[in-house]
Amino acid sequence: MIPFDPLPLAASASNLLAAREQMAFTLGFHIVLSCLGVALPATIMVANYIGLKRGDDAAMELARRWSKAMAVTFAVGAVTGTVLSFEFGLLWPQFMDRFGSVFGIAFAIEGIFFFIEAIFLAIYIYGWKRLSGWAHFWSGLPMVITGIGGAAAVVAANAWMNQPQGFTLNAAGEVIDTDPLEVLLNPAFGYEVPHMILAAYMVTGFLVASIYAVGMLKGRRDRLHRLGLLIPLTIACIATPIQLFVGDTAAREVADHQPAKFAAMECIQETGTHQTEYVGGICTNDGVKLAIPIPDLDSFLVGWSADTKVIGLNDIPADERPPANTLLHLSFDAMVGIGTALLGLGAWLAFVWWKRRDIPQTPWFLRAVAVSGAGAILALWCGWIVTEVGRQPWIVQGYMRTEEAVTEAGGIWFSFGLVLLLYAALGTTAILVLRGMSRRWREGQPEPEGTPYSPPEEAAP
Amino acid sequence: MSKADAAAAILWVGATFYALFGGADFGGGFWDLIAGDAAKGERPRALIQRSLTPVWEANHVWLIFILVVLWTAFPPAFSAIFSTLYVPIALAALGIVLRGAGFAFRKLVVTLTGQRSFGAIFALSSVLTPFFMGAVVGAIASGNVPADGNGDAFSSWLEPLPLLIGAMFVATGAYLSAVFLVGDARRAGAADLERYFVRRALAAGGVAGLAAAAGLVELHAEARYVFDRLIDQGLPLVVLSVLCGIGLLAVLLRGGRRPLRPLAAGAVVAVIWGWGVAQFPYLLPTSLRIDQAAAPGPTLDIVFIVFAIAAVLVLPSLALLYALSQRDLLEH
Ligand code: HDD
Ligand code: HEM
Ligand code: HEM
Repeated sequence: MIPFDPLPLAASASNLLAAREQMAFTLGFHIVLSCLGVALPATIMVANYIGLKRGDDAAMELARRWSKAMAVTFAVGAVTGTVLSFEFGLLWPQFMDRFGSVFGIAFAIEGIFFFIEAIFLAIYIYGWKRLSGWAHFWSGLPMVITGIGGAAAVVAANAWMNQPQGFTLNAAGEVIDTDPLEVLLNPAFGYEVPHMILAAYMVTGFLVASIYAVGMLKGRRDRLHRLGLLIPLTIACIATPIQLFVGDTAAREVADHQPAKFAAMECIQETGTHQTEYVGGICTNDGVKLAIPIPDLDSFLVGWSADTKVIGLNDIPADERPPANTLLHLSFDAMVGIGTALLGLGAWLAFVWWKRRDIPQTPWFLRAVAVSGAGAILALWCGWIVTEVGRQPWIVQGYMRTEEAVTEAGGIWFSFGLVLLLYAALGTTAILVLRGMSRRWREGQPEPEGTPYSPPEEAAP
Repeated sequence: MSKADAAAAILWVGATFYALFGGADFGGGFWDLIAGDAAKGERPRALIQRSLTPVWEANHVWLIFILVVLWTAFPPAFSAIFSTLYVPIALAALGIVLRGAGFAFRKLVVTLTGQRSFGAIFALSSVLTPFFMGAVVGAIASGNVPADGNGDAFSSWLEPLPLLIGAMFVATGAYLSAVFLVGDARRAGAADLERYFVRRALAAGGVAGLAAAAGLVELHAEARYVFDRLIDQGLPLVVLSVLCGIGLLAVLLRGGRRPLRPLAAGAVVAVIWGWGVAQFPYLLPTSLRIDQAAAPGPTLDIVFIVFAIAAVLVLPSLALLYALSQRDLLEH
């Protein structure tokens, strides 16, 4: 029985759109929190180390505050991640049925990382008062490793969807054998995993720094704020140039192995050499409009020579072309553009530091840092749009179409609507709670102590 | 034992841990829900919060473990269950989000209204989530999930047996939680709270026992295969569970101190493995056997390796976390 859609066929087509939107939205939400889960531990460890080694109270205070904030983002990350696990079954049961035994391999490994991360995170976050300084510091270190390991495992699963290998199908298309190492170490693993981990460090670093930049713009220029800006910003600025290098490699790999995706994101209509690189613009069936053209550059970037042949959409069967080319094209350009701008920000910091051993004092620098966090998140989303929308119409490149994978269950639009409302409330509350914490820290108020529904006198406003 | 059976056993080990620790966490929410107004409920709530705060996220990962092992080792079963029981599963997922967020936010807001609202969200979803999970398990045990999936979205679980199992899940969590909290209250030297939770442990144990008995009757009517094996091959485990339950009852009534937790855990573990034995060799009685659903060998090997690593790394880490938490070395 399909309760909401009387026509099964229509239901399936409309389900596909709803399921994709819901998947993309929930992933986009989770990924921001998971970036914090991956990279905040290392950021905290640096502050904690400085605090212990140099007896620096400001650094110690930062580590403590960031870990309290991480308790919130981790909780929201854990529940939204759980939703994703449910969604694999709720939205894509046919995909899991056919490829669960392959796709799941990476997730099985990830389970261990999650476990250890959740355990040591609890010990670290709640161990501030009673564990001794260095013992407490060491209890936090496993989080750094498990964050990276967990991200590597999940992204290995996604990389496999892009460049699947390591399994044998029988005539009926069922998986009859697997080779776990081949599955994990698929060709896309090598660039997707470092690219994602670096993205996590960039998002976290720029985001935390931007919070302190806003504070400094409001005139709070104490040591706590300067250090709170400098530690995460340095980490992010180290990650950025490496990220651009990895991204560049990724683009070339995509051009080699997923030519349809590459053609769509660069909006290449006709196969050929001497391809023009178009920056920005609108992608139409007869080329890019309103863009800045740079002759030969696209071919050059793919193969270090203008004579490199690049495949265009005309060589891709019509039913295997990714949709929404303008979206892909602009997402790719935005990612590259933001990455380049952030590189500039890092160069600015490095230059002034080299000259004066200090962060740049102009408000324009602080303004730039203040928006860098949002910029990094935007680049992150754009990158995922390129990867995921660019893979369409395949859920497993070359093996299974997304429309074959989607559930027949009814009511997906309804559930998508509910998810939107729920996550809007979740996101808003998380931000309000974090802001409340930060205000209390600034005003030197104590944390609310353990007792829920505490005595009425405290309840008075 | 075949590889597929071993993988199924791993699934059951995960379910056992989740039932014991995750179940007790849900139970904590249940007692929070009915602890009364802000003044009356303050101390029990504080005790509940104290024992839950550092551990609930780690305990939650067992659920992820179960899901991942299910979809990796037995993909057709995962797909069939999710494409049939998506209504209670989606409701359980909703409950998980609300519960985690409610709990995390509650202790970080300062106003009484804020604490109350998040507390209510946390507590209410702590009851609904295990109920829907129980309904899912009950629907599977009743044989309402066809091997090809896409079974009826409503009649598959809106039946007496799944609903009874849902109620049993809630009561069992409450029972475990109350027993664990008796120990916590004792350590904190709060004799009145100890008595408070002894009374509640007895009540919840009674309800769980009743639900189990009623479930047995329904099992007889709706799921003959499982019933027959339960009172045959599964009989020793059923007896063990009943003995543990009675033993615990005796200890509690005498005001005894030990062994409370092992007996409570024993009663629950025996039921879970009894269910496993009763379903054997089916994952979805009686349409999908373990060996039919199993993934290819190399994938199962990965599941074994992961399980072995978990046993070596995760279990000691968990033990460390519990030990630190029980010795009050962690804040709350
Ligand atoms: C802070 C974020 C960030 C920044 C600054 C960049 N990227 Fe990126 N990019 C991502 C974050 C990201 C990501 C984490 O969102 C993706 C999605 C999947 C992945 O592996 O990384 C991604 C994917 C992605 C892909 C698609 C890979 C695939 O489909 O498998 C390409 C071709 C690039 N990137 C290329 C670049 C280039 C050439 C960049 C700059 C010069 C760049 N990225 C900067
Ligand atoms: C690139 C993508 C992803 C990365 C880097 C990532 C990383 C993380 C990290 C670091 C955490 C720890 C919690 C936190 O700090 O927020 C987490 C939680 C979680 N993620 Fe993701 N994740 C990604 C995508 C996914 C996907 C696609 C799923 C789908 C199954 C998923 C499932 C989960 C689950 C179930 C948790 C909760 C585990 C717990 O309770 O600790 N994640 N993720
Ligand atoms: C490693 C983690 C990830 C996994 C395993 C994963 C898996 C999936 C799956 C199964 C789908 C649905 C089928 C499909 O449309 O092909 C999907 C779609 C999608 N995902 Fe991912 N995803 C991951 C990370 C992300 C992240 C972090 C984003 C963030 C923005 C994202 C964006 C999208 C989008 C936009 C779609 C819809 C594509 C479309 O239908 O046009 N994905 N992904």
